[in-house]
Amino acid sequence: MQELKTKIENPMLPKTFQIHKVIKETYDTYTIELSGQDCKSNFIFKPGQFNMIYVFGIGEVPISISSSSENTSHIAHTTRSIGAVTNAINALRAGDTVGIRGPFGSNWPLEKAIGKDVIIVAGGIGLAPLRPAIYHLLSNREKYRKVTILYGTRTPLDILYTNELEKWKSMDVYITVDRTDDKWRGNIGVVTTLIPQAAFDPKNTLAMICGPEIMMRFTIQALQSKGISDTDIYISMERNMKCAIGFCGHCQFGPAFICKDGPVFCFEQIKGLFSKREI
Amino acid sequence: MTLEQNKETFVIESNNLQQLLDALKKEGYKVIGPKISDQAIIYDEIETVSELPIGIKDVQEPGKYKLEKRSDKAFFGFTVSPQSWKKYLLPPVTKLWEATYSKDGICFKEESLPDKKQAFIGVKACELNAIKVQDKVYLEGEFVNPLYKRLRENTFIVAINCIYASKNCFCTSMNTGPKHTDGFDLALTEIIEDEKHYFVVEVGSEQGMEILKSLDSKVASKSNLVNMEQVIENTVNQIQKKLDTNNIKELLYSSYESKNWEEVATRCLACANCTMVCPTCFCTTVEDTTDLTSDHAERWQRWDSCFTMDFSYIHGGNVRSSTSSRYRQWLVHKLGTWIDQFGTSGCVGCGRCITWCPVGIDITEEVKELRKAQGK
Amino acid sequence: MESLQKVIEEHSFFKTLDEKYIEVLTGCATNETFKEGEFIFREGENADKFYLIREGQVALEIASPSQRPISIQTISNGDVLGFSWLFPPYRWCFDALAKSKVRAISMDGKCLRKKCEEDHALGYELQKRFGEIMAQRLQATRIQLMDLYKMPARG
Repeated sequence: MQELKTKIENPMLPKTFQIHKVIKETYDTYTIELSGQDCKSNFIFKPGQFNMIYVFGIGEVPISISSSSENTSHIAHTTRSIGAVTNAINALRAGDTVGIRGPFGSNWPLEKAIGKDVIIVAGGIGLAPLRPAIYHLLSNREKYRKVTILYGTRTPLDILYTNELEKWKSMDVYITVDRTDDKWRGNIGVVTTLIPQAAFDPKNTLAMICGPEIMMRFTIQALQSKGISDTDIYISMERNMKCAIGFCGHCQFGPAFICKDGPVFCFEQIKGLFSKREI
Repeated sequence: MTLEQNKETFVIESNNLQQLLDALKKEGYKVIGPKISDQAIIYDEIETVSELPIGIKDVQEPGKYKLEKRSDKAFFGFTVSPQSWKKYLLPPVTKLWEATYSKDGICFKEESLPDKKQAFIGVKACELNAIKVQDKVYLEGEFVNPLYKRLRENTFIVAINCIYASKNCFCTSMNTGPKHTDGFDLALTEIIEDEKHYFVVEVGSEQGMEILKSLDSKVASKSNLVNMEQVIENTVNQIQKKLDTNNIKELLYSSYESKNWEEVATRCLACANCTMVCPTCFCTTVEDTTDLTSDHAERWQRWDSCFTMDFSYIHGGNVRSSTSSRYRQWLVHKLGTWIDQFGTSGCVGCGRCITWCPVGIDITEEVKELRKAQGK
Repeated sequence: MESLQKVIEEHSFFKTLDEKYIEVLTGCATNETFKEGEFIFREGENADKFYLIREGQVALEIASPSQRPISIQTISNGDVLGFSWLFPPYRWCFDALAKSKVRAISMDGKCLRKKCEEDHALGYELQKRFGEIMAQRLQATRIQLMDLYKMPARG
């Protein structure tokens, strides 16, 4: 739907955005809140889409937008330090500027989920691309039936958005960690072990999954064995990206370009290739 | 440049071909055509007809390329050069933008688009189809590549129907030649008959007509046209290589786990030659640079190849680290997934990848092997 | 107050189990509750029971001399706790600590083992079900071991 997207004049040229706030989520993950310097209008995007963030002189990476799509005076990105550019992003402070290109990509199927149970399964940093969807569900709560969020991280120290998790009370939120010290009072085990606790009608549920690919594979298996069909399972994929507009060829996954056919895919569409190696 | 089919045909004598080059130069076009350099026929700026590889043909086989004398003095008696015209539509190295950093933040300045016009002399049918394939990638998707669009709009195409096919040509299998159908401004067919040496010229656009009007020409006679069809028919008969494209997409989609890929990998060097010479390969990468003062940055775009080690780098590793997976990506993309992405095959049957592979891997043979392995 | 038989019958673990076996199981079953912080069983003790957790959360823990106890996994409502009762030497491998108030139905393992020897069909039904649970736990443990969220190594 072209009219809902921010119009992109030259999709290779970044726009300058200024960082208004930096939030330290965990020891290696930060959220930056930005607003556009040269455009006064709000940044329009759909939950699940991403921007290419450029740090001056260092480089550019694709990062999902992790803020609300309904209140866009500022937009946010939650980034984990895993390379040169992400390390540089997480060293930025309020007042610094970055280049932003976007929004790009496909979005979570929030319209399709209306009237259904929704199950959201997030692993690690995978909660960030799902947060805009969660915000949408929160502010349109009456349109959806039962909403369950299952979230797994490595340790309790890796849990994101700890302040907000409390506020998501109109939904069932279950958190688990892979390993912990004795202070943690919650679940221990991989996120798939939380699925038995989730209440949903498999014939009328939409699932949205984001996390490391192996985690997504096992989560899909677990949801399938609960009776959810492949056409109701959506995942967010990742590949090397250079241009984000379907020209550089790097992000191909079989016939799909992750940057424009994804990153959100219906599992039915890509299941043929998903478990094959080196695709 | 319009793409209307204009069926008017004319004849110009071979010793008047220089007029064509002069007319184009006069109109402000940079004239690019075939010439010999480093024992190969390449595409570069030319001024006179004498720079063309007159009386020369290229003998191409898997992993082999050699120039030899022809028995006649044909101007365009060869097939395809190691490069393709994509060099002039999607330059190997381009600057995208530059940025400065000051107390007011980052300021981006995009590179201005070039205004120079260019004329391609001697575009083969397979090559023109390759350009059309790249048009689908860069002009017909959700995003348009502004540089490609500008260069494409500023390009005048003098196409040439092949009078000679090498052992590696298989355009007939891909429905991309040897005869031109549309998309050109002028299309030439070289006729050498006893003492006569002339070009039958088909006009394909208004600009083509404008240029033709300034040349010494006459309307083509019926026998000229018969000769033209004959010459093209001869070329078709020279083509030996075949690629069976029947259900090829389904064949490739079901071959992901075939042992054949490992077999190719014992020969493939992942040298990326095939992607560099292929006229439809479009992969690029970006390079972000700064200078020593660290307040000036640039972004450059360069050709890239899916055969490179870190093409698919993510999260500390490469998705496709084995040569077999990279060869598979290239072949399945070129002949299979390209169809789902852009509605056509990515291959135009020019045979360059077969010629320029140092170990002579033949894409048509690999498909044959895959069919054999599946009993199809 | 639901009858024990009804609870067992309706538990997903015992679905499709023959009527007569449900009765056998009911005969070996007792309602139990545990307070938060109470141990349901300890490592090394005889494994003579297994538990259907109806409500609450249980952590499997292991302690080592110089370290604080490590929690390996948590078992929650709807799950089955304990399979060491099925296989010799019938000893618990971990501590099971109630992390909240826990209501469970315990099954007398010693008694059931004897009944399974007498009636192999019952034995097979129980082995089938426990086999499935153990396969799932093994799978989940393998994924846990993969440490999926760790920092990727530089390649």
